[in-house]
Amino acid sequence: MKAKHQRLVLILLAFAAMIGAVLLAMSALKDQAAYFYTPADAVRARIEPGRAVRLGGMVADKSIIRDPDGVTTRFVVTDGQETVAVRFKGITPDLFKENSGVVADGAFAPDGAFIATNILAKHDERYMPPQVAGEMHETKSLER
Amino acid sequence: MIAEAGLAALWLAAALAALQLFLGASGLRGRGDMLAAVRPVAVAQAALTMLAFILLIVLFLRVDLSVALVAANDHSAKPWLYKFAGTWGNHEGSMLMWVTILAVAGAGVALLERRLEQRTLIATLAAQALISLGFYAFLLFASNPFARLDPAPAEGQGLNPLLQDPGLAFHPPTLYLGYVGLSVAFSFAVGALVTRDVGPAFARAMRPWVLAAWIMLTLGITAGSYWAYYELGWGGWWFWDPVENASLMPWLAATALLHSVTVLATRDGLRAWTVMLAVVAFSMSMVGTFLVRSGILTSVHAFAVDPRRGSFILVLLALYIGGALALFAARVGTVREGSRFDPVSREGALVVNNLLLSAILGIVLVGTLYPLIAESLTGEKLSVGAPYFNAAAGPIALALMAAMALGPLLRWGRDQLRALARRLALPLLLAAAALLATILIAPGIDILPLLGLVFAAGVGAASLAPLWKRNLRRTPLFTWGMVIAHLGVAVSVAGMASESAFTKETLVSVRLGEMVAVGGWGVRLEKVEPIAGPNWTAVQGTLTATPDGVSSYTLTPQARAFWAPPTETNESAILSRWNGQLYTVLGHKTEDGRWQLRLWWKPFVTLIWAGGALIALGGALALIGRLRREHRAAVREVWA
Repeated sequence: MKAKHQRLVLILLAFAAMIGAVLLAMSALKDQAAYFYTPADAVRARIEPGRAVRLGGMVADKSIIRDPDGVTTRFVVTDGQETVAVRFKGITPDLFKENSGVVADGAFAPDGAFIATNILAKHDERYMPPQVAGEMHETKSLER
Repeated sequence: MIAEAGLAALWLAAALAALQLFLGASGLRGRGDMLAAVRPVAVAQAALTMLAFILLIVLFLRVDLSVALVAANDHSAKPWLYKFAGTWGNHEGSMLMWVTILAVAGAGVALLERRLEQRTLIATLAAQALISLGFYAFLLFASNPFARLDPAPAEGQGLNPLLQDPGLAFHPPTLYLGYVGLSVAFSFAVGALVTRDVGPAFARAMRPWVLAAWIMLTLGITAGSYWAYYELGWGGWWFWDPVENASLMPWLAATALLHSVTVLATRDGLRAWTVMLAVVAFSMSMVGTFLVRSGILTSVHAFAVDPRRGSFILVLLALYIGGALALFAARVGTVREGSRFDPVSREGALVVNNLLLSAILGIVLVGTLYPLIAESLTGEKLSVGAPYFNAAAGPIALALMAAMALGPLLRWGRDQLRALARRLALPLLLAAAALLATILIAPGIDILPLLGLVFAAGVGAASLAPLWKRNLRRTPLFTWGMVIAHLGVAVSVAGMASESAFTKETLVSVRLGEMVAVGGWGVRLEKVEPIAGPNWTAVQGTLTATPDGVSSYTLTPQARAFWAPPTETNESAILSRWNGQLYTVLGHKTEDGRWQLRLWWKPFVTLIWAGGALIALGGALALIGRLRREHRAAVREVWA
């Protein structure tokens, strides 16, 4: 094999590896990307149980219930149009409260409840994540 | 006055960068010996930038509230360490640190680089000045750290409490040294393309700079991971957060570069590829800077949302990366063919290493940018997290480990598969033993952690194999470096696999005096009391933990409330033992007077960071070994 050929083979291999990686990445993305839903979107989209999604909205008034085990919290997320019941086992963030913004990571259970694995609450204004800030804005204006 | 002096120093430094670029460019046209003129300019430019940075630190230490940046991020009640480190705990200050390191790296090249051919060195320094100019412009026009605030407020707004940790003094500087240190490799590549001088001598000159930046990057990432682990209180050590990916991507590229530059230096192969990687590595640093500093990401690292800054960095990014790639495309035809090699050889394994690292880099890049692109194109909001990265990058990382086991056991140029099989017999045996042992001990283990443990055992053994039958005292330092760095990877992967497979978690609400079991430990909540710090108050839980009912340890997790800015954080308490860590977090008080406790037992989790430290140590040994050998060679040349 001449040097030139070897170089060509190397370049082709590199291309194949990159294309392979991107294809692998794309197929994994299709299954694994967690889309952001408001309750209205989520109800409309009929998301299959078990699929990772992010649910964003307001914690509905008087909806927070703490279970007797002391670590499970139930609450309702609303965007003014639809509501979704959420169950979360863990330590809630300090700014998690009723009538305030929340983003929950998790998946729907077969019974229709949303099982959250992680909760982001509306932060202090200065350190609010841009994504949350955007969503909060939308949901707030919906409420009014 | 200090702020004005700082600003003036910055403007002067920018002017000197322009001068350095001009001198370099005319030096390349062959007007006299410009190197003698360029060198002092590069050093003076670095000194001025450093002065500006030190002046900003002084402003922060003095809490000079007439400076807008200080007023927005400092607070008189902060401990001095956080006044000091808070200098770079904000957008403008961290960009000034970025530029300072850029200028200092350039000055380092001007002062220390003696091996590189003169014209290439001039071109390199000109390229470094060109990069600096863009970022000076960014600082001066879009993120001036010295802007005044009139009237000055009575008190500053304080620093994000999540950042008020000793980690802030260590993690950003090391990370930036690595990040921005890669600019040297970028400038070297541009310089070599300009003068068409890509060869082993160029590679040998570039290698120590790449190594140094890579060591710092490794340390910075390792420190950042441990910091996130104990500070966030979520028990995880890597979240595939876009900001973490932004630091991982340059590391992956630099790791590939480190290996390909060795092929170029030793065997004169992979010429164009190495130059390309040097461009890509720093490009990834700039992409990372854009991701983090433009405020488009969700993170504690995203200090402020200002679309103007984002577009400014984006333009710089397009200019530099586009320009370098265009230069590469124009000149790659003139880069002579390197020498050939057999597929079964050290070079062959290093090519595989490079391809796999590039593939992982591609996967991380796609996963990091996809949410941004998808949102800007379709308006759909989505996030890409651990499931994607583990599924896509995990298998390739394992293949990469296999290549890492093989590579050092292969000879340069050409080798026999049969001989390789013989050298691999013992590592393969160990891997098989690990497989058997793991399946016996933990039958239900997931596939990825299982393979992680098996590969860690095999690679750990294989990484030591190059020392086999060698006189250890006569083994060159850089061989030791390779062995230790590879061993570090195995150690780290073992820690990751063990953490993900064997972690035990308990989440409960307990009354005072109640005992909880987690992973063989008994943990009792003794008392909960209020305490006060310099700029926070907290409720502190006192836990006693016992592994066997006899000995006992005390842990004190806190829930802190900072008042400037008003934020609450959970301070976890961690007990480190030789075989793992007990990780405890205190939650809220429930309505019936119980306290939430979240406890983890994480077997051998510390190996993750110990491995990272070993990798950096290996890099340091290799660096010292290379420099010593070259020094000796230079001395011999003088005497010959």
